[in-house]
Amino acid sequence: MPDPRPPGGRLSVQKTYKLFLAGAFPRSESGRSYPVSDARGALLAHAALASRKDARDAVVAARRAQPGWAAASAYNRGQVLYRVAELLEDRHAQFAEAVAAGEGLDGAGAEAVVAETVDRWVWYAGWADKIAQVAGSSNPVAGPWFNFSVPEPVGVVAALAPQRSSLLGLAGVVAPLLAAGNAVVVVASEERPLPAVTLSEVLATSDVPPGVVNVLTGRTRELAPVLAAHRDVDGLDLAGAGPELAAELERASAGNLKRVLTPRGGEEDWWAMPSTRRMLTFVETKTAWHPVGV
Amino acid sequence: MSEPVGGLFEYAPAPEPRSLVSIRPSYGLFVGGEFVDPVEGGSLKTINPASEEVLAEVATAGPADVDRAVRAARRAYEEVWGPMPGRERAKYLFRVARMIQERARELAVLESLDNGKPIRESRDVDVPLAAAHFFYHAGWADKLSYAGLGPDPRPLGVAGQVIPWNFPLLMAAWKLAPALAAGNTCVLKPAETTPLSALLLAEILRDAELPPGVVNVVTGAGDTGASLVAHPGVDKVAFTGSTEVGREIRRTLAGSGKRLTLELGGKAANVVFDDAPLSQAVEGIVNGIFFNQGHVCCAGSRLLVQESVADAVVDRLKRRMETLRIGDPLDKNTDVGAINSSGQLDKIRELSAAGEAEGAERWAPACRLPERGFWFPPTVFTNVSPSQRIAREEIFGPVLSVITFRTAEEAVAKANNTTYGLSAGVWTEKGSRILWMVHHLRAGVVWANTFNRFDPASPFGGYKESGFGREGGRHGLEAYLDA
Repeated sequence: MPDPRPPGGRLSVQKTYKLFLAGAFPRSESGRSYPVSDARGALLAHAALASRKDARDAVVAARRAQPGWAAASAYNRGQVLYRVAELLEDRHAQFAEAVAAGEGLDGAGAEAVVAETVDRWVWYAGWADKIAQVAGSSNPVAGPWFNFSVPEPVGVVAALAPQRSSLLGLAGVVAPLLAAGNAVVVVASEERPLPAVTLSEVLATSDVPPGVVNVLTGRTRELAPVLAAHRDVDGLDLAGAGPELAAELERASAGNLKRVLTPRGGEEDWWAMPSTRRMLTFVETKTAWHPVGV
Repeated sequence: MSEPVGGLFEYAPAPEPRSLVSIRPSYGLFVGGEFVDPVEGGSLKTINPASEEVLAEVATAGPADVDRAVRAARRAYEEVWGPMPGRERAKYLFRVARMIQERARELAVLESLDNGKPIRESRDVDVPLAAAHFFYHAGWADKLSYAGLGPDPRPLGVAGQVIPWNFPLLMAAWKLAPALAAGNTCVLKPAETTPLSALLLAEILRDAELPPGVVNVVTGAGDTGASLVAHPGVDKVAFTGSTEVGREIRRTLAGSGKRLTLELGGKAANVVFDDAPLSQAVEGIVNGIFFNQGHVCCAGSRLLVQESVADAVVDRLKRRMETLRIGDPLDKNTDVGAINSSGQLDKIRELSAAGEAEGAERWAPACRLPERGFWFPPTVFTNVSPSQRIAREEIFGPVLSVITFRTAEEAVAKANNTTYGLSAGVWTEKGSRILWMVHHLRAGVVWANTFNRFDPASPFGGYKESGFGREGGRHGLEAYLDA
């Protein structure tokens, strides 16, 4: 009599990779999905193929969540971000497997990527309560006024995650936006979206409020123009757009004059220690005056 | 012409002598350190908006002229200004600041003639601030590594700078001083209706022995500006002007890799709480909207006043407006000068008519306006609802819209209910409320118990569709450096 059990004695339970919107894990409202392969072309999973409507929903969720996130004390935001790093570390093995499969790295290479990602996230967590001191100033105006400048988050930022560096690059884009107090709609690497989905599971179980980060998987070409032209998106990080798409998106961003960060000359080296640029591009400087007198 | 209307005092005319400045009949372009005729030979006439008298003929730069200016700037950048030690650059800028101070009266008269603004403002605000911008930025030229932008910030190259007509000399200083301190060279395009003070500044730069090509001035209309920002030899574009043109420039520059800063329109709320010192607040409201005829991107054009004091504030405001003296810009007693151009006057009239048609109540003091020139009386609209055009669109004239509120939350919601975000004002004696308002107003500059203050050390620039980037202070340097 043949053995009725599956090979190995037990059938594993596979995960459905879904979107992360407003703190929940829906499928695309369109019902679509697309196959995701590993670096050698073998099928890994089907990811949700987000629609333009999903992108708009993500902006609504981000807009709703942003004031609360910005209003949290910088100290509190720093702790929440540090908590994310703790949970990233916790899932070290899972991320390493996903990165190895998606980016075609060997075990040690993938381990190094995850370790650097955790450390990068910790680095940005520590910035949350320092950026205002570093980017702010009191200004010696020529008269009896107290005058100071403070950075404030720009609001809702849409980010195209890097296409190649699917975890370290993703963290390098999302973490600075969060440290600066922005809410994020991030479009994951099109061909390597699975680490982003797993990151969204980390975010969902940390204390990042629902809607502060929204993760879309799908076609960058389809989703990016909606976000670039969206009137309720304040900033645009084009890390994952090639030069041609970036030019088109910059043009579309003119409608409400978004703050745009465009990569200079190919995909950034995500291993290099970052500067404050990714945070400072997406803050506004507010300057206040008040008379001094009795 | 300065007709007193409040019946309080008669003033004898006290005009600043026109003879303080000599205006040449015609001006060429300032390229490579000298005034040259344009290759394509066009010109425009610039007039005194208070009299419609022609002041001078000014060359218009076509694409070939812009190209020549950009090449001169590139050569100066590569051969002289880029490699020059910062401390030497600094001394040129200090020298320019001093020469502006020395020729301050001349510059003030010229500015009032060409722009129409009262001499009291050009003398006390525009010219001293222009000198201060050069003086402040001069000191940065050899201290850029202390600006917090990185250990070795580098200049960008050639900056194409397009400026508006409302503060012609001051805007030139805002653009040129930080660009030059950072080691860039410049091609400046002044506004079509107010080119003269930039051309006098060019003479000052030449007298200061600034190396040829470091600053070039190309005069002309919008098409000259368009060819400048689109020129492939320009590395950085800085524009101050309307949001519509700002959008066009953004689209033009898409994919070019050029750096861009935009300082665009505004519709600032000036928020008056019931505990505010009302006499001071009324002065602040007047300064907020009638300074420079309201030709100010950060003008306090929406007065948000708490309901319980709304009548009292509006009454006091009207009494104060009756004492404003409108007329000859060169008269030292004048508070409100001429509208800069007939085109701008048409726009102010059109929006004011729309305010009436949409049901707002219009009031202006009885005043006799000069017969020649472009004039519009200081005007206030009450019963304004936030959906009306006069509450949403930038009028860029001496027209105030009054809206009431009950709570601080409502004031913030109404103040922020605009696509702009350049400036805001708040008037209250309560410190904690000031800080709460400063925190919640989405605007780049918030004046608390004051309005329309400017300083080279103070970063200026907008949120949202008022543009991006800052001018002034440590923050303003970032626009001209690659860190």
